[in-house]
Amino acid sequence: MVCKILVGFLFRCARYAVYIYGVQQLPSRLIEAAVDQIATLPGIGRRTALRLALSLLRRDTERVRALSDALISMSEGVSPCRVCHNLTEQDVCSICKTPERNRKLICVVEDIRDLIAIENVGTYRGVYHVLAGVISPMDGVGPADINIAALVLRISELDQDTEVIFALPSTMEGDTTSFYLYKKLVEFDIKVTTLARGIAVGEALQHADEATLARSMDNRTLYEI
Amino acid sequence: MQLNSLHLIHFKNHLSGDLKFGKQVNCLLGDNGSGKTNILDALHYLCFCKSYFNPIDSQNISHGESFMMIKGVFNHQGNEEIVSCGVKRGAKKVFKKNEKSYSRLLEHIGKFPAVIIAPDDSEIVRGGSEVRRKWMDGVISQYDRTYLEKLIDYKKAVHQRNNLFKYFAENRLWDTSLIEPWDARIAPNAVFIAQSRKEFIKNFLPVFIEVYNEICGGSEVVSLEYFSNVSNNEDEFMELLKTSQEDDRRLRRMTCGVHKDDLAFKIGDYPLRKFGSQGQQKTFLVALKLAQLVFLEKATGVKPILLLDDIFDKIDDKRVRALMSRVTDGTFGQIFITDTHMGRIPEMFTSIGADVRVFEVINGEVNTLDV
Repeated sequence: MVCKILVGFLFRCARYAVYIYGVQQLPSRLIEAAVDQIATLPGIGRRTALRLALSLLRRDTERVRALSDALISMSEGVSPCRVCHNLTEQDVCSICKTPERNRKLICVVEDIRDLIAIENVGTYRGVYHVLAGVISPMDGVGPADINIAALVLRISELDQDTEVIFALPSTMEGDTTSFYLYKKLVEFDIKVTTLARGIAVGEALQHADEATLARSMDNRTLYEI
Repeated sequence: MQLNSLHLIHFKNHLSGDLKFGKQVNCLLGDNGSGKTNILDALHYLCFCKSYFNPIDSQNISHGESFMMIKGVFNHQGNEEIVSCGVKRGAKKVFKKNEKSYSRLLEHIGKFPAVIIAPDDSEIVRGGSEVRRKWMDGVISQYDRTYLEKLIDYKKAVHQRNNLFKYFAENRLWDTSLIEPWDARIAPNAVFIAQSRKEFIKNFLPVFIEVYNEICGGSEVVSLEYFSNVSNNEDEFMELLKTSQEDDRRLRRMTCGVHKDDLAFKIGDYPLRKFGSQGQQKTFLVALKLAQLVFLEKATGVKPILLLDDIFDKIDDKRVRALMSRVTDGTFGQIFITDTHMGRIPEMFTSIGADVRVFEVINGEVNTLDV
């Protein structure tokens, strides 16, 4: 009797799980394994994973192999640059290798995407340091989890006319990381700067929020032609 | 400021409804559980972007429905403003003013001021210090946006710092250089918040004493006292944070700061919570809220809406009558009042010559009655 109730309860739980997560019985174990793997990617749930898996199934095996080969060679061939933690196929990335780049001008960014954004501007001639994150205890990220020690070591090997630019996000976590870094770098007696914050180019004043406007007013610059 | 009309869809037990309100007094009458307070709560939504009673938006949707919507047309200093709030299960709340949605809800706070007096206000006197801080924050935020922004920043930084202490404890680590950035973020905001609260109590106290004396005839001496361990000086507070690090480490959370502030209510020289009678506590609360209304009008220049839920729970007929005479002298603006007694309130207002509109609420249906 107890057993019967228990089985009934488990069955109901399973039905409920199907209702909540949309878990469906898939026709093949192999498809299920593929869907499970695809669903581990950021921003992709099981429904999208199934759609992607089915679309792959419709392709020729050759084309699928090309995809999986590309993924494997990327995973095997790309690694962080030994100097700046930008992604590269070699030991040192192409930016760090370029002789014309100023090695005493280091721009600290949170993420590779930020590096790409600054590179796209095309005017920056210094080098980078990718932290791969910002300090956030809430998410369990401390200084040891991001590339801070490597940056400090890198600076310690340079002389005093070095400049470090903080290009970290304008959030509480970004600001805190900048503060922490500054405290670590101040002993080297180098120049430390941070990106200007304020009204965006082409933005009307009346559309700017109050915090931005106040910041722009505080950090106003000398007008020169 | 006045609310001209209200449109409800699937809000609590109001499946649909269209109400047109009067300029002065609006009485919502009906039995227990008919949905009178829900109408007040809908107005609270429009003014504060949230329910007064239940902070979980999805629980304010009618049972078995997938969305709810509240829409109000205000007359705000001569202009007609339409404010609407939509909540759909599983989606973010959408709040709009004149068909344009806010990117941050805090931009709306304070634009349409209101004061609510409800039975569970008694927590302000009897509850922990958190309730009193929340009340202070609520009032100050309505006229000072910077305060609200700094408060949000402060709370988030404290949360991060507490997580850092938990991380230390769990991993048997200790690194003071990691605490410093958070302290530096917290200190200026803490000093600003403590200063603003001090300033607020200083300005609010005379208004409060005046209102209190008016309600109970001036026989008792009342006072509000603000306590904080945050001084006016940022460096002093940084120092305090440093000295309390050992305690913080033991308890794994921040032990000093404006989130430990308290407000003491006193009657004579004694704490109201311990020595005030039920009646004194209730009168104190009503005076506190009415003073809030007068104070907000002074600070913002807009006359707030007054929402009175079950006011007879707090004060007797005679005092309500005395209070309501202030409607006609212009001290109060628009009023929404609920009662289970059909005749009592309309009679009271017609006898003092106020413009009264009466609504009967039956199971979520609202009918306008002729007086």
